[in-house]
Amino acid sequence: MKPVLIAKNLIKSYTKGSRALDNVSLELNQGRVLVVMGPSGSGKSTLIRTFNGLENFDKGELNVLGIKIDSTHDEQKIQRIRKRVGMVFQQFNLFPHLSILENITLAPIHVQKRRKIDAEEYGMYLLNQMGIDSHARKYPSQLSGGEQQRVAIARALALKPELLLFDEPTSALDPERINEVLDAMRRLAEQGMTMVVVTHEIGFAKEVSDQVLFMDSGKVIETSTPDIFFSNAKHERSRKFLNQLDKY
Amino acid sequence: MNKHRNIFLQYFIFIVFISLFGILINNLAINLIRTGIGINFSWLLKPASFALAEYPLPYSASDTYAWALFIGWLNSLKVIFISLILSTFIGTLIGFARTSTHSLIGLIAAGYITIIRQTPLLLQLMFWYFVGFLGLKDNILIHIENIFKVSNQGIELYGLSFSSEFSALLFGLSIFTSAYIAEVIRGGILSVSRGQWEAFRSLGLSEIKGLISIIIPQALPAIIPGLTSQYLNLAKNSTLAIAVGYSDIYSINDTIINQTGRAIECFIILLTSFLFFNLIISNSMEIVNKIIVSSKKYN
Repeated sequence: MKPVLIAKNLIKSYTKGSRALDNVSLELNQGRVLVVMGPSGSGKSTLIRTFNGLENFDKGELNVLGIKIDSTHDEQKIQRIRKRVGMVFQQFNLFPHLSILENITLAPIHVQKRRKIDAEEYGMYLLNQMGIDSHARKYPSQLSGGEQQRVAIARALALKPELLLFDEPTSALDPERINEVLDAMRRLAEQGMTMVVVTHEIGFAKEVSDQVLFMDSGKVIETSTPDIFFSNAKHERSRKFLNQLDKY
Repeated sequence: MNKHRNIFLQYFIFIVFISLFGILINNLAINLIRTGIGINFSWLLKPASFALAEYPLPYSASDTYAWALFIGWLNSLKVIFISLILSTFIGTLIGFARTSTHSLIGLIAAGYITIIRQTPLLLQLMFWYFVGFLGLKDNILIHIENIFKVSNQGIELYGLSFSSEFSALLFGLSIFTSAYIAEVIRGGILSVSRGQWEAFRSLGLSEIKGLISIIIPQALPAIIPGLTSQYLNLAKNSTLAIAVGYSDIYSINDTIINQTGRAIECFIILLTSFLFFNLIISNSMEIVNKIIVSSKKYN
């Protein structure tokens, strides 16, 4: 198994004294799904955003798809990573002034220099996979949250990424819309997509993930398989967190 | 009861307004009768008998006042139009620089905006004229043969030549307005959510491409109204041309008032001229705004 993502001793502080990332290390192999959990402010969003250079870090080393970056934040390397790594955000972040299909074909046309016809054909294929091809000519505001998030997934897939990052993809959705997005993610995992998912969805983590990483105050508290993490977490802090999640 | 009071209030305000206006007109009429001047535009066809430093169309002192005014009008239009383009260009650059994540670039832009916005325009015009152009050491600043020359005679660019008065006014107006435009642009850019930046970056789009295809289209609706009022200010500020001796519509009117004493008529001409300039600007911007809003199919 070849590792797709290796993080070594990542450190980042926003303000002096408090660390958003405190010596975070991890490794993720191809075709695996890593779920990152933790209370808000634990640094999980910061962590996932360093993987495609949306956040810089102060110390440590990152190897994404064989491209090594460090705290110097080499723009060209980050650009190369971004072309091979897709990202899905909590707030969808679709481009409101572009149609659904234009949202998806923008990067293939301008970044990969693909022909418009080819990009649109592949875009329609992806929308079809996500079950929203009938909305191709609409604008994001005409779609429900769940539909918008599925468009965002299709947009992230349009560059045929080798790694997909999900930053709380269902946290902004109505409860009855969460499953349509999780189902789409489940199918991607079944197809062998390598994924990092920041989420509070225990069901999804139990069923789909290969590894659960639990963070608190910037530190990795534990990394376990979901079987162990959810039934027999090693750390007191993890058990406390899971108890609180259960209450809701 | 409330409704009646509102109607009464409206009538009251209307009557006060009309009365004030009536007093002004009455005052004017009484004074015009007293001095025996009256309102009369026939002088417009008499020879102006003063020279102009700059004329885009042929002009000599024997031409009529009307023609002199028209030349002034063209001069105003010329400086307004070119300043408008130049200030938009500089303002956009500074506005982007101001939002830049590079702290040095951001700081330089912030310094530029602060200095320009906190000194009077009149002072800046004087600076560009006396220090910038007339004060050039050895009279020439840059000289690239047949292409570009900046000297105390003004600016020459590919055979086009601009007088030092025009150049000083152009620089002063453009730079002054650009600082305000930069803030309008910055406000527009900041009105687009951070998520949009992150989304285009995560897709591997370059900063320039992202700005052009994602950020600017969404920032424009917030930029246009502010930009319009800066353009209107620019047109009105162009009357400060008189300070550096550029023959714009205002300074020519000033000369004519001195010669003929026809202040009322000249002010009517001036007011209508600026009404005309600004109606053109605000209507053009309204059209631009409509195009942008109508292309905004998403809301």
